[in-house]
Amino acid sequence: MKKTLTRKLATLSLSILAATASAQALSANKLVIESWRNDDTKIWNDIIIPAFNKQHPDIEVVFSPTPPSDYNSALSAKLQGGTAGDLITCRPFDVSLSLYTKGHLESLNDIEGMDNFSDVAKSAWITDDGKNSFCLPMASVIHGFIYNKEIFKELGINAPKTESEFFTALETIKNESRYVPLVMGTSDQWEAATMGFQNIGPNYWKGEEGRKGLISGSEKISDPQYVKVWEHLSKWGPYMGRGYEAQKYADSQNLFTLGRGAIYPAGSWDIPTFNDQADFEFGAFFPPTPDGQDTCYISDHTDIAMGINKSSTNKAAAKTFLSWMTTQDFAELYSNQLPGFFSLANHKVEIKDPVAREFMSWRSKCKQTIRNSYQILSRGTPSMENDLWNVSSQVLNGKMTAEEAAKQVQHGLSQWYKPQQ
Amino acid sequence: MSNSNNTIKSQFPWHILFFLAPGLLIYLCISVYPLIDTLWLGFFQEDSIGKRTFAGLDNYRTLLFDAVWSEPFWNALWNNTKFFLIHMLVQNPIGLFLAALLSSPKLRFSNSYRTLIFMPTMLSVVIIGFVWQLLLSPLWGISENLLYAIGLGDFFDSWLGKETSALITLALISVWQFVGIPMMLIYAALLGIPDDLTDASVVDGSNPWQTFWHIKLPLIFPTIGMVSILTFVANFNAFELIYAVKGAVAGPNFSTDIMGTLFYRTFFGFQLQEGSTTMGAAVATLMFLIILIGVAIYLFLVQRRMQRFQL
Repeated sequence: MKKTLTRKLATLSLSILAATASAQALSANKLVIESWRNDDTKIWNDIIIPAFNKQHPDIEVVFSPTPPSDYNSALSAKLQGGTAGDLITCRPFDVSLSLYTKGHLESLNDIEGMDNFSDVAKSAWITDDGKNSFCLPMASVIHGFIYNKEIFKELGINAPKTESEFFTALETIKNESRYVPLVMGTSDQWEAATMGFQNIGPNYWKGEEGRKGLISGSEKISDPQYVKVWEHLSKWGPYMGRGYEAQKYADSQNLFTLGRGAIYPAGSWDIPTFNDQADFEFGAFFPPTPDGQDTCYISDHTDIAMGINKSSTNKAAAKTFLSWMTTQDFAELYSNQLPGFFSLANHKVEIKDPVAREFMSWRSKCKQTIRNSYQILSRGTPSMENDLWNVSSQVLNGKMTAEEAAKQVQHGLSQWYKPQQ
Repeated sequence: MSNSNNTIKSQFPWHILFFLAPGLLIYLCISVYPLIDTLWLGFFQEDSIGKRTFAGLDNYRTLLFDAVWSEPFWNALWNNTKFFLIHMLVQNPIGLFLAALLSSPKLRFSNSYRTLIFMPTMLSVVIIGFVWQLLLSPLWGISENLLYAIGLGDFFDSWLGKETSALITLALISVWQFVGIPMMLIYAALLGIPDDLTDASVVDGSNPWQTFWHIKLPLIFPTIGMVSILTFVANFNAFELIYAVKGAVAGPNFSTDIMGTLFYRTFFGFQLQEGSTTMGAAVATLMFLIILIGVAIYLFLVQRRMQRFQL
């Protein structure tokens, strides 16, 4: 009895081994993509991968996403255990940098077509000394405000350009209609920092100038230009919906697409969702400039890239795939299939979606920067990004003043970041 | 005689080992080994290329005395204590109350009630979190209208979003979900009390209240003690509900941050914050120690003094 069981088990494990071995043999040219973009699975499977296979029919590509909130932890566990896919979708800056320094990502300096990307595009996936690129830039996302065109028409408002116009518009919506003027919640906290602070902020800290100043230590986040951002945010509360403290991101999306709200502080990645769900026309305007300031600054954030797993057995095929990703074809395919994700390549891309085109047009009108907490400044403890989430949502909740918020983040930075001590 | 004695001595009780082995092996592999490895890992530190070096008690020193780490730690511990106290003060008395009601022989449909009250315990925490968020939502929730209908509309607030009420609300949601467990355990204990005893007390002239208070309650104290210790262990290991409702940066202003979420952020990292396996192990070890101390206090101060009655 016992013997037969052991024998059975042995045969079973042998056959499993054999099965895996043969699967590996079959998949000599199989690439698995790790990604957090589970929303995009359909587009990868139906459009992007078939387009690649037209040119390279011999390489099989499998898109295998993990939910966004689990991606970082799941990926690092898989990489350590040696079970990660061949192509790794890279988060910007330190998360990927640490994967590279721990030896999980391949250096990509010799990829054909890498010169199709500007230094700014590459900056999020390069070592601190600027010598080694480890992920191929894919797309950026732009911040701004999306508004319900029908409500604006009904109330006779135009898209605001300056801060005072912005608040006049909010006041009009509040007084003359029952719509929620500003659709955002603070329950999930990240919107407060990302769609609030990082959205309107660059206008005040002058984009790259301020961002680099923080890194070099020539500016402090307790300086007036940063306090002003929180002062601006502190005025949002009265225009946000009832009980916005318990409103989650999905609630905000629903509230806006149901036509119950007028202005939605947005990231361009919201466009595909709104295209699907909203049955009214919507438009977009860039973050209103402070009165009297001519130059506008936008957050054009390098968000997503692709790298090669160092322990992949299919590096040649992976490199072929990445080279294909540097082409005009891919840039056009990606930007148009996923409106709101803007290709970082230097190719001239025609974007068909009107709202995405509007977002894209700001690149020529305004100066661009990326989120100021992403490079270097969130490396230590406390992480500046987490601090920003916390204080920005408290400012919006009316529980903290702008000065207190600035002081707390500055105090956090000074705990570990030398140039800010 | 001596010969037979020898054979008995030399015979090792293999059968005991044989029957213990499967369970013991599984327990050693998936419980004892990871625990010891975690304790051990807490003594190390990791540099940027992933190389581990022995650091002694450095992690614990940072965690307990460096303000950057100790403030979140004490905050999480204090919140966790509140979370536990709410369970002790609300969940267990209600559980006891429901059990007493259910065990009343006059109650009809008691099986249906028992099943219904126990249902939420079997649901996934993610579902519970989602459902309650919807119920309490100031946008789509029904609780506001419900309160207006009974004239208490002015008391409605976005409870899950306020620093002062978020933790209490979450604790009460958790109470709602898990109240079935103390109820079941106490109910079983109540059913175990022989009728002779209650009958005798009735004959002696005690009213139902006195019977419960002086006869039944002392007999189920050991069960209540066990329920308390289960609540303690479960609460200090809690994580899912907070994570499902408030995310890992348990807001607002970390007012719902408990040991579990602090551990998650430390171990796995969050957004741009990088995870640290070794520091995470240190947090996990402290959680283990807190639970160990709690259980030890209970064991030595309460359990040993408890009177048990042979029924």
